[in-house]
Amino acid sequence: MVFFSYLISGISLGSVYAIIALGYTMVYGIAKMLNFAHGDVIMVGGYICYCAMTYLGLPAIASILLSMVVCTVLGVVIEGLAYRPLRQAGSLAVLITAIGVSYFLQNAAQLIWGVTPKIFTSAVSFPLPQGLTDLGISSEAIVTVVSCVVIMIALTLFVNHTRMGKAMRACSEDKGAAQLMGINVNRTISVTFAIGSALAAIAGVLLCSSYTTLMPTTGSMPGIKAFTAAVFGGIGSIPGAFIGGLLLGIIEAMAKAYISTNLANAIVFAVLIVVLLVRPSGLLGKYVPEKV
Amino acid sequence: MKNLKKTTKVDFATYIGVTLAFLIVSVLQGRDMLTNAMASWLVPVCCFIVMAVSLNLVVGISGELSLGHAGFMSIGAFSGIVASMSLSEAIPLAPLRLAVAMVVGAACAAVAGFLIGIPVLRLRGDYLAIVTLAFGQIIKDLITCLLVGYDKRGLHFVFNLDGLRSVNDLHLEEGGVAIIKGAQGAVGVTKLASFPAGYILVMIALVVVLNMIRSRTGRAIMACRDNRIAAESVGINVTKYKMIAFVVSAALAGAAGALFGLSYSGLASSRFDFNTSIMVLVYVVLGGLGNIWGSVIGAAVLYILPEALREFADYRMLIYAIVLILVMLATNNDQLKALVGRIIPRRKEAETNG
Repeated sequence: MVFFSYLISGISLGSVYAIIALGYTMVYGIAKMLNFAHGDVIMVGGYICYCAMTYLGLPAIASILLSMVVCTVLGVVIEGLAYRPLRQAGSLAVLITAIGVSYFLQNAAQLIWGVTPKIFTSAVSFPLPQGLTDLGISSEAIVTVVSCVVIMIALTLFVNHTRMGKAMRACSEDKGAAQLMGINVNRTISVTFAIGSALAAIAGVLLCSSYTTLMPTTGSMPGIKAFTAAVFGGIGSIPGAFIGGLLLGIIEAMAKAYISTNLANAIVFAVLIVVLLVRPSGLLGKYVPEKV
Repeated sequence: MKNLKKTTKVDFATYIGVTLAFLIVSVLQGRDMLTNAMASWLVPVCCFIVMAVSLNLVVGISGELSLGHAGFMSIGAFSGIVASMSLSEAIPLAPLRLAVAMVVGAACAAVAGFLIGIPVLRLRGDYLAIVTLAFGQIIKDLITCLLVGYDKRGLHFVFNLDGLRSVNDLHLEEGGVAIIKGAQGAVGVTKLASFPAGYILVMIALVVVLNMIRSRTGRAIMACRDNRIAAESVGINVTKYKMIAFVVSAALAGAAGALFGLSYSGLASSRFDFNTSIMVLVYVVLGGLGNIWGSVIGAAVLYILPEALREFADYRMLIYAIVLILVMLATNNDQLKALVGRIIPRRKEAETNG
């Protein structure tokens, strides 16, 4: 029974990682950049939802929607101002800019909301029957897992069956050729950032609902973990990010429960290293052989 | 002088520049013209210059993105602290003990670099980057669990896996000292680091790295970076040369870490987290990839900038972030590059865009 409740908390945590990792993996697949600021968009999403609920007194659903809208705009603005001018530059230049954006968001949040942690009241809490709570299942866990699965399915359908999804796949394959086929590459990348940031907002609300504290640095560790999850599953692959996130969450929860709280993160990263040694491009990643 | 190669001139200019900077700052310090805050920057600046130079060897010269460089610094710092504390009776002379501590730090970091390099260098590109990040985190977490004490019988180690053990589990004899106390880190460290020691370390790092780059080994490392397959086809052992770059870089970072560790009386392993690795990477990229004197200046300026902005208190990191983004945008702007090119005719366009 104890094992089951650890498993539930692992799946719930893993679902949050998976949602963040989906954003990471989409941006990476299309823009070929590691968006280090993604974790901080999560934090902004959490704060917006917090403010909407506490100061504006909006209902939870409206707060979540508001935070998604703000994060979407934020993501598109960041992409347009900071990343788009660097489209032709080397990958390291973009990486450093992303780090700059991450610093910027963290410090701006610190100026606006202060360093003291805010206590986040769960936005997705509803009464559960006694039987479920006895099993260690919380309403947050249910909402997180359900929204993660829904998002994963919706994204897969979107990428495989819509015109925009087709454009995204084309851009990720070959930007130059996509442009020649009449695809607006910049717009496609903007849409990708918009989707990724909206997902980050959802992840932020779910994360803060489960863990109740909110600080300017709340997003960085889950950001790194989700990045790990995306690589774990094969970066650029949507089902890969889902599986990677879930596995990572479960491994972390189990390591915390049965091995050591202090070393849980180290164990997660050690598993990542082992997986990458066996499958150098992640669980579901495509192996691209080097050409002369 | 005219017969010297251009690279040789640049190298000598770097040595002379660093020496001049050291002399000027020493004179200023001798005349009490530095504020206390400024004097406290000197040793960390030297440490981060060495960090940046050594990371440049991996990122710029060897072409592999490493996001876990602070891990080696951490290993160097804590092994250096342990060495210096436990040898305090055996070697009473402080500068010698500092040198021994730095050598121990460098050796431990080099061993770690070799062990980590075996799996890391099998991977490519972003996968390699994430694995270095993972190792950086693992090192930080392992040191957080470590308890080390010293008494007459020698060194004692306890690994605090369940988070329940404390210094008492070291079972130290009377007169023994606990050197590293888990999450608290090292406490009560005798500060040995000095600015001249920092200067010497910077010079050693520069001599090692610059001579390596200009040697056969360095050319082989750069060949692997520029075209792995071509390098392999002319008989260069790619893994071997990448490993050389990685281990040398780790060793220098370890020495820098030992100096850094011995310049504070207390130090926690969380000081060497992902953000520290990123900070050093920023120095390297802004200084110029593969450009050693660029790393020196980048590290010095970018370390001092946020410290000097302290009067803006809350706004300083915000300003730093904005400056960082603007510099990256400006240096990669084609129109601006063309403008600069017209004003200052370049000898050749930089070709390091891979």
